Amino acid sequence: MPDSPPTLPLRVAITALGVVSPLGWGAAANDAGLRAGRDAVTAVTAFEVSRTRCKTAGQVGKMTNDECRMSKRLHPASRMMMAAAREARAQDAGFVPELAVIGTTSGGMSFGEQFFRTQVAKTRPRERAAWLANYPPQKAVLDALEACGWACPSQIIANACASGTNAVGHAFQLVRAGLQRRVLCGGYDALSEMVFVGFDALQASTSEKIRPFDKSRTGLVLGEGAAVLALEEMESARTRGATILAEVTGYGISTDNHHLTQPNPSGIGPRQAMERALADARRAPGAVDYINAHGTATAFNDATEGTAIAQIFGDRVPVSSTKSMMGHALGAAGAIEAVFSVLALRGQFLPPNINYAAADPAWALDIVANTARAARVRCVVSNSFGFGGTNASLVLEGV
Amino acid sequence: MSAHLAGLGWVTPLGTGLEEVFARVKSGEVAEVKTVVNPETGRALSYMPVPLKSVEALGRNPRLRRSSAISYFAVAAGLAALADAGIAMTPEVAARTAVIFAICDGGVIYTRKFYDQIVKQGAPAASPLLFPETVYNAPASHLAALLGIDGASYTLVGDASVGLAALHCGAQLLALGGIDQCVVVGAEECDWILCEAYGAWRLGGSPLAEGAAAVVLRRAGRWKVDTHPGVTFFRRSAAGAALEQAARAVGAGAETDWVAACANRTFIDAIENAVLARVCPQAPVLRIKHALGEAPGAGALCQVVAAALSGSASALVPVVGLNQQATAARITPVR
Repeated sequence: MPDSPPTLPLRVAITALGVVSPLGWGAAANDAGLRAGRDAVTAVTAFEVSRTRCKTAGQVGKMTNDECRMSKRLHPASRMMMAAAREARAQDAGFVPELAVIGTTSGGMSFGEQFFRTQVAKTRPRERAAWLANYPPQKAVLDALEACGWACPSQIIANACASGTNAVGHAFQLVRAGLQRRVLCGGYDALSEMVFVGFDALQASTSEKIRPFDKSRTGLVLGEGAAVLALEEMESARTRGATILAEVTGYGISTDNHHLTQPNPSGIGPRQAMERALADARRAPGAVDYINAHGTATAFNDATEGTAIAQIFGDRVPVSSTKSMMGHALGAAGAIEAVFSVLALRGQFLPPNINYAAADPAWALDIVANTARAARVRCVVSNSFGFGGTNASLVLEGV
Repeated sequence: MSAHLAGLGWVTPLGTGLEEVFARVKSGEVAEVKTVVNPETGRALSYMPVPLKSVEALGRNPRLRRSSAISYFAVAAGLAALADAGIAMTPEVAARTAVIFAICDGGVIYTRKFYDQIVKQGAPAASPLLFPETVYNAPASHLAALLGIDGASYTLVGDASVGLAALHCGAQLLALGGIDQCVVVGAEECDWILCEAYGAWRLGGSPLAEGAAAVVLRRAGRWKVDTHPGVTFFRRSAAGAALEQAARAVGAGAETDWVAACANRTFIDAIENAVLARVCPQAPVLRIKHALGEAPGAGALCQVVAAALSGSASALVPVVGLNQQATAARITPVR
């Protein structure tokens, strides 16, 4: 940590990133998937779904040889986090974090499920000890840090589906204020039966395709993945010759106290988060070139988010939900979408909102429908909203 | 980093009164251990519950009507800390207040019940009323809603060190500006599945306990608190050095005149004892978990509350987590 915090806000660079999602292992695979508008939602294979309404999810595919060599005792979340962190380290070997701020919603939940099932079955399998040791949410982060030879402290944020964006945003604030010089931030979540059935029980998930912002949207499908970003004070990064991928310039957080699972229909929560992020970045709505929406495709979320976006931006700014391609990765979603935003800034394209057929007459938005667009992208807003009325938005800009 | 404690609150198996519970802990009183039975195996398990009367009044609150015990504990402790700080929550005050919630195991009662329904009755029988309360940030959401907070609310999850991580995060938020106070709460609830898991993992130790502890962090207050981000260790053999590093970083040493220890009758006791013998052998040590049991999400903040109540000039709060990090805080009264 720097000895004395500076008086002026510092600029915050992204010097490296790593991502694992249903679109692929690594930034290159994800970039290709976004440009192609690939639908990575497939039939669930990890657990029984014959009695749930929804039977599909965005699932992280076959592991690479590197990940296969890792211990089988580790939770899949650990393997995803390790791969994402290793990708970031390979991009910028000079980045050594002082702190890790990582979001998740359910940690190693599937190992907890297996432990419960042994109680019901009255068995004590040999794997039980490994399940317990690898269940806690901090374990995947520790595994990733150890895999990269980093020994920094960590803060694990569990703010439901906004966790990943909160993690990036909090890390950004710490670096900008000079409280930390280098922070690894991100998020992860692995698919689990309990959470899958939970969204099914709430009738938030769909048996159909996920169609964010579409007039006929019927709900979300879950996803999984992990993503990390290396944040560093700009001059520090430049001095050591690091490649600057993009810049984080703003963060807004709001809590809407309407209901534990339903957003305030007025859209005040998302609106406050976006307005606060723009004010934080000192950017007018007109400066924004693309919005990576939370866009879960539930009736309530898209209605409130669409309303809030229309109120702030009108129909001028292109909007897409990349969850249409890979499902909702919960605590990882915000981090993955921050990475996607960087890919859009770097590649000068707008990721598509696939499965989109008809506009919802409730608002007029410029949805990036079905195919990626080439565009001049200098400034992106990325949104995440979650249970508990937690809302978070980031502003990311090209350098 | 440093900040100030302006108010304290706790909900423990020995009650909720700050001075009263502290006096009972100091006198060597131990909370009643009760038995919960694993319905699957018939095995009897021990835990220390919070007396129902401590939080039952909150059951009349519409927002908490369906919530799990952990939310009751968290809200009760948070409101108590705000009252102790003399803060009346007007909309103007709420706009300058953040919530940081520390948790280890979350709403484990509803989580177990919900998954029980899935396993035994099938997914269609799983209740949509239970699932929302299983998310880690449900207690923080309830507290923020009751206080009218529309800004920052963070839930941090981790091992038994998470309470001090939350305290450090609160100090960070104060340093960032934009708020005047931060309510930092840690809480835990018990269920037979949690007792089974900890029993299998830790192989003994203090009984698991329910409860919550809370502090109000401000830029000025009755106690100064020096916080530490924690020292990560990957092997148990490195835990002692990690704890010593954190303790010395917050200023522990010859001037330390009291310790609110994290000892929980596991391997951690030997690690902590060795560090205290090197860092502050002169300081008397209170092992609060021996009296109140181990409520992992609340434990570290219970230590902080005890340290503040101790009246000592320089109290150390050391914590070794089971698998994450060692950390420490120092509490000094503002005279």
